[in-house]
Amino acid sequence: MSDMSLAAPLAPRKAGTRRLQVLVFLAALVLGLVLLTLSCGRGCLAPGDVVAALTGTPGANASFVVSELRLPRAVMGLLAGFSFGLGGVAFQIMLRNPLASPDIIGISASAGAAAVFVIVILAFDGWLVSLVAVLAGLGVAAMIWALSSRRGAAGARLILIGIGVSAMLDSVTAYVLLEAPAWDRAEAMRWLTGSLNGVQLVQALPVAGALLVFGGLLACTARDLEVLRLGDDTAEALGVRSDVTRLRVTLAAVGLVAIATSATGPIAFVAFLSGPIAARLLPGSRGLLLGAGLVGAVLVIAGDYAGQFLLPARLPVGVITGAIGAPFLLYLIVRANRNGGTL
Amino acid sequence: MQVQRPQRLAGFALLLGLLALMTGLSLTVGARSVPWAEIWAGITGQIETIGAAAVAVRMPRTALAILAGAALGLAGAVMQGISRNPLADPGILGVNAGAALFVVVGIAWFDISGAHSYLWLGIAGAGVTAVFVYLIGSAGQGGATPLKLTLAGTATSVAVSAFIIAVVLPRNDIAGSVQSWQVGGVGGASFETLLPAVPFALVGLLLSLASARVLNALALGEELATGLGQSVALGRLMAAAGAVILCGTATALCGPIGFVGLVVPHLCRMIAGVDYKLVLPLSALAGASMLGLSDVLGRIVARPNELDVGIVTAFVGAPFFIWTVRNHRMRGL
Repeated sequence: MSDMSLAAPLAPRKAGTRRLQVLVFLAALVLGLVLLTLSCGRGCLAPGDVVAALTGTPGANASFVVSELRLPRAVMGLLAGFSFGLGGVAFQIMLRNPLASPDIIGISASAGAAAVFVIVILAFDGWLVSLVAVLAGLGVAAMIWALSSRRGAAGARLILIGIGVSAMLDSVTAYVLLEAPAWDRAEAMRWLTGSLNGVQLVQALPVAGALLVFGGLLACTARDLEVLRLGDDTAEALGVRSDVTRLRVTLAAVGLVAIATSATGPIAFVAFLSGPIAARLLPGSRGLLLGAGLVGAVLVIAGDYAGQFLLPARLPVGVITGAIGAPFLLYLIVRANRNGGTL
Repeated sequence: MQVQRPQRLAGFALLLGLLALMTGLSLTVGARSVPWAEIWAGITGQIETIGAAAVAVRMPRTALAILAGAALGLAGAVMQGISRNPLADPGILGVNAGAALFVVVGIAWFDISGAHSYLWLGIAGAGVTAVFVYLIGSAGQGGATPLKLTLAGTATSVAVSAFIIAVVLPRNDIAGSVQSWQVGGVGGASFETLLPAVPFALVGLLLSLASARVLNALALGEELATGLGQSVALGRLMAAAGAVILCGTATALCGPIGFVGLVVPHLCRMIAGVDYKLVLPLSALAGASMLGLSDVLGRIVARPNELDVGIVTAFVGAPFFIWTVRNHRMRGL
């Protein structure tokens, strides 16, 4: 992500203040969107009613709507969005290419295909689904790495091979969904694009766990990852073992994206969009991981809200993010072309 | 690579044999196994038994697979020639998705129905999308490299798919009639919808086949092609028009089907060398066989259900796409 490192002409102290401002603003935006999701749907509730419903006050009149319908949506949107953003930007930084995000190179597709397979054919649920999704994601990552056989920066070859792998895995998902008697076509379409419809609070547990474990791992590796951007040789000279770092980042990022995907389906382009958006907001590259996670949460919660209430028809969140993300990808291509860059 | 005359003839013979084999399989194999006597009865039009009726339904279906497959294979070969890009394919470049979008919007918002309207919509959608993707993919320095074109096509496909879902999901009343435009299937074929498409397909076929000389010259490089006295711009335009008509027609009939146009031209080049005068007709033949065989495969693997042919071609074609990326020296890679 060459453009991310070039965006810091500010003095260090000023940049620090600016970074803090941006991160606080993003966190406040996430909080605001969560509150909006909790209190306003078809009709708006008074803040008192929302609090009463959440604290389980007996006789609260909106307790079903708030704690059974809206709370799971908000929590899952927050956790999944954060995971997508974090996992996506980790890949983009590690491979030094904004196009090398897990949803473009087939990691999300593999987790989705594996999750659908074990849910529909083998009737697994809960943690087991997450585990299989992560293993499938790691397997496909290893396969793409091996097929493109380049070290370090991601060339066009890796991205093209990832697109091919995606297409193949999507056809597997479509096949499995067709085999399943219980899934009707509309339901299947939702699963293929990613949606928060009908999520339950229980399903958010593995996502929260993954965020804790893999997010923690990523946070511990953040400094080494930053150094890795200077190139493998420089990193080694600075005492950072590039292969270990790469392995840890891959494990963490795949874990985050795969578990979130197994819970919500592959919400289109959130992993791809979050990093570049955060990079444009933040001065310099510090805090990029956190920023991208927050942007991811904003995208998913806002997209879900827009899909539910702001448009004439109710649409799954993946349709909204897909419709926003694709033009952004086109913009990125055009811009790279204008600069004469090779993407 | 100079290919000897006997080998060319062998190539044609091989592909014709494959086409005959596919036609036979497509008529006889299906979700329901039918005894030979009833198969014959079905083919000759006596549909007294359920088995014979099933076979009678398989006839337009096979005809559609042949027409659409030939169109997609030929269109893929032309696109690879125009853009000098070994990864070009009507599905990968988003052209089929664009055609499907126009048809779906036509059905959902403007209450359009009828085979002819679908065809015009499909061709218009294919044309608009092809121009759009090519402009995005070739903007700036370096021209239309395989990576840029593929990414532009992928992004366009995703956007278009999201839009199609957004149009279709709220409309339960039309969900059934637009089903095949989401994944691509030949199951709902009938001769009544197939016949109006034949003239369109023929026009596309002739335009594409006539552009073989231009494509051959382009393969040598644009400057050299101009130097050889070819009107490159005009020739490209004609070839592109042919490919767009073919894609639009195929998509209007059976939805967006990818990877046929990618796989087939490469296989034909292995058989017949690089001369487009041979590659183009062979691609049409091989495309028909590939789509038909994929359809047969889709009926077998998902018994008692059927798998839409678009799913099968993606599963078979994607590894080929990866193989092509790994084994071809491309600009920008």
